[in-house]
Amino acid sequence: MSFVPHTPEDVARMLELIGVRSIEELFDEIPSELKLKELAGVPAALSEMEVGRLLTERASGDGRALNFIGAGAYEHHIPAPVWAIANRGEFYTSYTPYQAEASQGTLQVIYEYQSMMCELTGMEVSNASLYDGASALAEACLMAVRANRRSTSRRILLPRTVNPTYCRVARAIGGGQEIVFQPVDFNRASGRTPLASVSSFDAENCAALVLQQPNFFGRFEDVDDLTQWAHERGILVIAVVNPVSLALMKPPSQWGDVRDGKRGADIVCGEGQPLGIPLSCGGPYFGFMTTRMQYVRQMPGRIVGRTMDTEGRPGFTLTLQAREQHIRRSRATSNICTNQGLMVTAATIYMALLGARGLERVAAASMQRTRDLLAALTRIGGVSSAFGAQAFHESVLLLDRPVAPVLAALAEQGILGGLDLAEWYPELGHALLVCATETKLDIDIQRYAAALAGVMAGAASACRAT
Amino acid sequence: MSNIPTNRQYTRNHEWLRRLADGAVEVGITDHAQHALGDLVFVELPAVGRSVNAGEACAVVESVKAASDVYSPVAGTVTAVNADLASRPELLNEDPYEAGWLMRLESGAAAAGALLDAAAYAQLLADQAD
Repeated sequence: MSFVPHTPEDVARMLELIGVRSIEELFDEIPSELKLKELAGVPAALSEMEVGRLLTERASGDGRALNFIGAGAYEHHIPAPVWAIANRGEFYTSYTPYQAEASQGTLQVIYEYQSMMCELTGMEVSNASLYDGASALAEACLMAVRANRRSTSRRILLPRTVNPTYCRVARAIGGGQEIVFQPVDFNRASGRTPLASVSSFDAENCAALVLQQPNFFGRFEDVDDLTQWAHERGILVIAVVNPVSLALMKPPSQWGDVRDGKRGADIVCGEGQPLGIPLSCGGPYFGFMTTRMQYVRQMPGRIVGRTMDTEGRPGFTLTLQAREQHIRRSRATSNICTNQGLMVTAATIYMALLGARGLERVAAASMQRTRDLLAALTRIGGVSSAFGAQAFHESVLLLDRPVAPVLAALAEQGILGGLDLAEWYPELGHALLVCATETKLDIDIQRYAAALAGVMAGAASACRAT
Repeated sequence: MSNIPTNRQYTRNHEWLRRLADGAVEVGITDHAQHALGDLVFVELPAVGRSVNAGEACAVVESVKAASDVYSPVAGTVTAVNADLASRPELLNEDPYEAGWLMRLESGAAAAGALLDAAAYAQLLADQAD
């Protein structure tokens, strides 16, 4: 099959048929001064060989930085089979299946993915994935407002310990749909959200409470008390979780007091990138979302179900589609009508290869590496821990001077030292969010510690000199 | 030909309503509506105690391939919903005017003028079929 759909002869015939002289004439209605004649800054076309050479040269300039930035995207080891399998022609599409039921293999992968996410989060139903963790939270907020039958409120309690970029996306998406986000403050000493800071709000006028566990600072929120507080007031709980951490931590379905019928989180969402997806400059990643069966009709996104065909053979199908745009039109649960098919395929293979034990080892090793990193860095003068050592695989350091120049000096030595929190949390002072996963060896941590010690000492002497 | 009982009033959106002996207004969807939607698999009903405006979407009926909002024909407060529909949505197909009722409202307002009697609703269906 030709990849050029219309030959010049085809185009000429079509133009002749409709009585138009040129393709440009089709756009005559647009005033000529508004038309872009040529794209500024875009060079002439290059051959494949030239492009390959150019990109190889540019890529080599990136070097191999030693990365200690987390903050929502995490560098984990990805076993080679993950992408060798995901890149097979049968799987290699970024899209949700169209003519879905003709794509039984793709549907089965998604079904297995949904089953794994349900097991990991402890919930009853999962969708086929969303764009990323941030948009998954935005969708979860919209869903919670629909699902909370007790309250007509469109207000969501959004702690400041939730990833601030997620909050920004949730505001951008939810704000246009009249969702009101109420920030909830955290305790400066512990880096956690105290019960006192949510209990000051008028619970009658809240649809849902968002809880990120571990939170943006890597700290563990008191999810049991906070969930209990919310449920006693008819407020739904949206859990934002790191899927790797769930290998060690109790699933959101167990948050709160589950004994007396007060069940755990109502909606669970998060970023799927840690499950076998490379950092790749920020995407493509995938968002996940799971919930209780009672809320399934309020859930956005595609859902794959297992069924029987007319001859009694098992098969897979898209199910509960009446929620979706192609059926419900403007009153659909969401404008999401696709999923991150290829990313989900890789994540499913990653989870299947590692298994529950493997994922536990990744989580435990990451946690230990972060403790080691914290111990090594806080031995340096002018560096202290902001909130204490108890954390998952990320933690906040306080420096005795502005963070940005320190990070710039480290970057010159090929070390990405963490995320400067000045933009998001100026009240914390010179705060630096650092992360170490299982990919960081002792020598890497030693290299970071030595470089940071050098930068701190150098900058200090430079300060004294002036 | 659709079944259109004469002891009910109708809306242009294919809801029916009737006033019960206790004064409550009972609301459902018509035989024509259930037939057009096909086999119903799920019904979402409003919370008891919710106040609704005339014309406000307050329930959803979902079939295998379609979902449709149900609009309250009158303003009022929801006093009861048909709990049987949660486990047996097919009641809407089998018996849309009796066992398949959706909700009951306490409504002081007299039925709005836009409601149709059985003859006018039959005419509406006939016009739409043309």
